Amino acid sequence: MSGQAIAPAAASEAAPTGGGGGTARRARRSSRRAADRRLGYALVAPAVILLLAITGFPLVYNLWNSFHYVNLSYANVPQHFVGLSNYTRMFTSSSWLASLERTLAFTAVSAVFDTAVALGLALMLHRRFPGRGLLRAAILIPWAVPTVVSAMLWQTMFDPRAGFVDYFLGIVHPSWGSLTWAGASVLRSWVVVFIADAWKNVPFVAIILLAGLQVIPTEVYEAAKIDGATAWQSFRRMTLPLLKPAIMVALVFRTLQAFFVFDVIYIMTGGGPGTSTETLSFLNYQTFITNTDFGYGGAMSIVLIVMALVIAGVYVRVLRPEL
Amino acid sequence: MTGRLRMRVVVRETGFYLGVLVVIAIALFPFYWILRTSLESDGQVAAGVGGKNGLLPSHLTLSSYVNDFTQQHFLTPLVNSIVVALATTFVTIIVATLAGYALARLNIRGAGAILGFVLLAGFFPVLAMIGPLFLLLKDLGMLNSIYPLIVIYLVYTLPISTWLLRNFFAQIPRELEEAALVDGATRLQALVKVVAPVAVPGVFTAAILSFILAWNDFAFAVSFLETPSHFTAPLSIVTFGQSQFQVFYNRIDAAVVIISVPIAALVLILQRRIVSGLTAGSFR
Amino acid sequence: MATVSLEGVSKTYPNGVRAVSGLDLEIADGEFMVLVGPSGCGKTTALRMVAGLEEISEGTIRVGDRVVNELSPRERDVAMVFQNYALYPHMTVAENIGFALRLAKMPKGEVRSKVEEAAAILGLTEHLDRKPSQLSGGQRQRVAMGRAIVREPAVFLMDEPLSNLDAKLRVQMRTEIARIQRRVNVATIYVTHDQTEAMTMGDRVAVLSAGTLQQCDVPQSLYDRPANLFVAAFIGSPAMNLYEGILSDGADSVRLGEQCLSLPPGLTSLEAWRGSPVVVGVRPENLHDAAGQGEPAPGRALEGDVELVEALGSERLVHFRLEASRLHGVGVAGGAGSERDAADLGRGELGAAAASVGVARVEPTSSIRGGERARFAVDVERLHLFDPSSGQAIGRH
Ligand SMILES: Nc1ncnc2c1ncn2[C@@H]1O[C@H](COP(=O)(O)OP(=O)(O)OP(=O)(O)O)[C@@H](O)[C@H]1O
Ligand SMILES: [Mg+2]
Repeated sequence: MSGQAIAPAAASEAAPTGGGGGTARRARRSSRRAADRRLGYALVAPAVILLLAITGFPLVYNLWNSFHYVNLSYANVPQHFVGLSNYTRMFTSSSWLASLERTLAFTAVSAVFDTAVALGLALMLHRRFPGRGLLRAAILIPWAVPTVVSAMLWQTMFDPRAGFVDYFLGIVHPSWGSLTWAGASVLRSWVVVFIADAWKNVPFVAIILLAGLQVIPTEVYEAAKIDGATAWQSFRRMTLPLLKPAIMVALVFRTLQAFFVFDVIYIMTGGGPGTSTETLSFLNYQTFITNTDFGYGGAMSIVLIVMALVIAGVYVRVLRPEL
Repeated sequence: MTGRLRMRVVVRETGFYLGVLVVIAIALFPFYWILRTSLESDGQVAAGVGGKNGLLPSHLTLSSYVNDFTQQHFLTPLVNSIVVALATTFVTIIVATLAGYALARLNIRGAGAILGFVLLAGFFPVLAMIGPLFLLLKDLGMLNSIYPLIVIYLVYTLPISTWLLRNFFAQIPRELEEAALVDGATRLQALVKVVAPVAVPGVFTAAILSFILAWNDFAFAVSFLETPSHFTAPLSIVTFGQSQFQVFYNRIDAAVVIISVPIAALVLILQRRIVSGLTAGSFR
Repeated sequence: MATVSLEGVSKTYPNGVRAVSGLDLEIADGEFMVLVGPSGCGKTTALRMVAGLEEISEGTIRVGDRVVNELSPRERDVAMVFQNYALYPHMTVAENIGFALRLAKMPKGEVRSKVEEAAAILGLTEHLDRKPSQLSGGQRQRVAMGRAIVREPAVFLMDEPLSNLDAKLRVQMRTEIARIQRRVNVATIYVTHDQTEAMTMGDRVAVLSAGTLQQCDVPQSLYDRPANLFVAAFIGSPAMNLYEGILSDGADSVRLGEQCLSLPPGLTSLEAWRGSPVVVGVRPENLHDAAGQGEPAPGRALEGDVELVEALGSERLVHFRLEASRLHGVGVAGGAGSERDAADLGRGELGAAAASVGVARVEPTSSIRGGERARFAVDVERLHLFDPSSGQAIGRH
């Protein structure tokens, strides 16, 4: 398609001899430029159209559903307009409010903790030392394997009969040797989920931060050293301020990711014990797939998208200067 | 004085390498643990195979691997996953390469806005998509089919691949393309014969990344796929333990090992390229 | 094989920058034309317009008798050597050199023999199978040359092809490029900001400043008869000393502060400046240590306070101070101050300071020492006079 877009313009560029014909020439020139631009649009079109379709369609459909009663479980009740009732139901639902609270808490803890750990990893990766390749591979592998692997792996690790964690803690302190983890207490379920999620997601955040570290010129550190800065001072006064854009990107990226947490919850706790680990995404899944309530689910989705947009808006804002 | 200084350096270096060791242990030990568990027999697992039984497997048997393929029919989901991930990667690479090139080079109006939209689409909440897509696939009679996933997974792969490739193309000196034009190439020839070959490392990184992201999906699969023969591998694994009264971690972990090994091998071989591909040009 | 001609060529970038304006240039078949000027004066832009990489805002460019304004680069039959060489990193040296020929669908065997021929000329025969990354800077430069000459194009374009090389290699490649150009005998436009390169390589040199052509002539004429202050200051190293002086009423001498230099007879059309300020230019090599040559005739000498003497071995550079106004702001190659129009420089930028610096290039045997007062004999036949308001040369023979 791109070949055709440019071919006619090239063919029409037969050499005019003599100097006149200003307007004709201008027309031809602008047509060449237009052909160039058309080629550009033709090349981005597939990406934009595909992404618009994949995200735009659910957005619009959700919006429509959210103002209607759409429930496949009660096929005899026809779809009908219900105004804002799906939304009012949601904002007054104790289970939705509780899961919002949980999700926000999990998001805040994850974003801060994971970014801090990732910063440490990034600093390690940034240094040249024998064994850096091994470290790099070790950090990348948890990121590269599917979430189901990290969930199952930590499920195994925390299992009282098949796991290693209890045994390890027992070595550290005898009374810790028989803690029951997943499925028993709310806090411990969250700990398991948190660890599995962090283990899988910290590496990518570390790579974002590593990218930020790599663009800081080494002369900056050398100059700081000559000025008498200690290692800590140069980290505090050079690295951190210069890394701020990358840290912001990492924070917001990780915030969104944690905010949408679903896979680990589904696989490790199923939302339990009770409903104590249900997150917004998990609740949305249940509403759509288990309850087939697409009106109420649609309202949840719209609110989720709006919240995501607020965070993503910050993300794009932060990234814009780098574009 | 110098002695104290040297002392401090020694302490710091020791601390650093200890930290590296801890990180490597936390990252890799769980893999060893599931490998060990996967090599135990059902009987061993029933009797308990926790940490106090030692770091080495007591029984060394491939029975859980055999069981995964014979009883659980794990091969089908595995093939399903491979088909979907490869197909998504293929589409992603073509679409993202074209878009990345155009955004980096062709001076189109609104390139910044387009890029912003592409990035934003990458942050569309997945769980907010499943309702409408469920209804659509139901109407099309394509629920329980892996093929729609090929397109749907583009939401994971396209944004980051386009971003990566755009940065990559932007780093290739413009003169290279101009030299080709002066040498008598058409625009398209310059792209195909000069820019594309130079962009191969970037395309390669984007392809690995796309494969990993598509291979990773759980949410769409669990929402749309209904019968085990149509499952993808990650979804299939989750069902392994479900029907049993006793959780046979050896069987689950054998499957986990199976789907981790190819990815881990890929990462081990290509770690440097992946990291440099991901970090290059993202903050310039 | 063709001539290249630019008629009133201008370029205004979309952001409003007018990089080239009204450029007229004729390059004869086989001629080596050097385009020289300070950074940002529009050299690259001009070259890229000839190559077809940049659209032409106004004017006409011809190759042979063909107007090429609307032709794409591949239709223009030009070859270009880029500043950073732009070698295709995924191709070997042989593939790089032969790329254009393969694009033109030349049979394989023929491509190989042409590539080998070009490689032999450039001394690249042993490196044909290497990738660019395995070559030294000088070798890369030669591959870029090879890529151009193998095509036997109508025009050669080179954009500062030597600026990425170290000083010694640059001198060596300078003669090599000139030799190769003579051998292939193709009209060449060579861009540089280095006036030594311009003077040594060019059949003719076009001096550009702020997008406008200042003068285009053979190197010796540029040196002997600079058309304006800009060219006078730009060509020659160390740069010409320029002072503010007053032309005598008889137009036969010029006063610099308290001193006086007589002008050679036969200078024409100086009437308009009688009794008025003019800019006097004297090249460092036209000042000699008077001590060695017997007392110079009155009106053929200048006295100054020596500040510093640099011994270069074959000569000495004497930096001195004169009680006259030196013309400020006429920087040479590369300085930010030099990007202004020469006419601007002439207009009212005469230094306020009464005492002003200068350089003389004297024999290594000269005994002039720093801190002393020295007397220089002046080759008054080689004085240059300029109109201070327009910057144009005046009083030519
Ligand atoms: N693509 C562009 N868009 C806008 N302005 C440009 C562009 N390219 C060059 N310019 C401007 O045009 C002027 C001439 O630039 P050009 O590159 O031709 O200079 P040059 O003589 O080659 O300088 P140098 O010796 O530094 O290479 C400069 O002021 C420059 O900033
Ligand atoms: Mg230039």
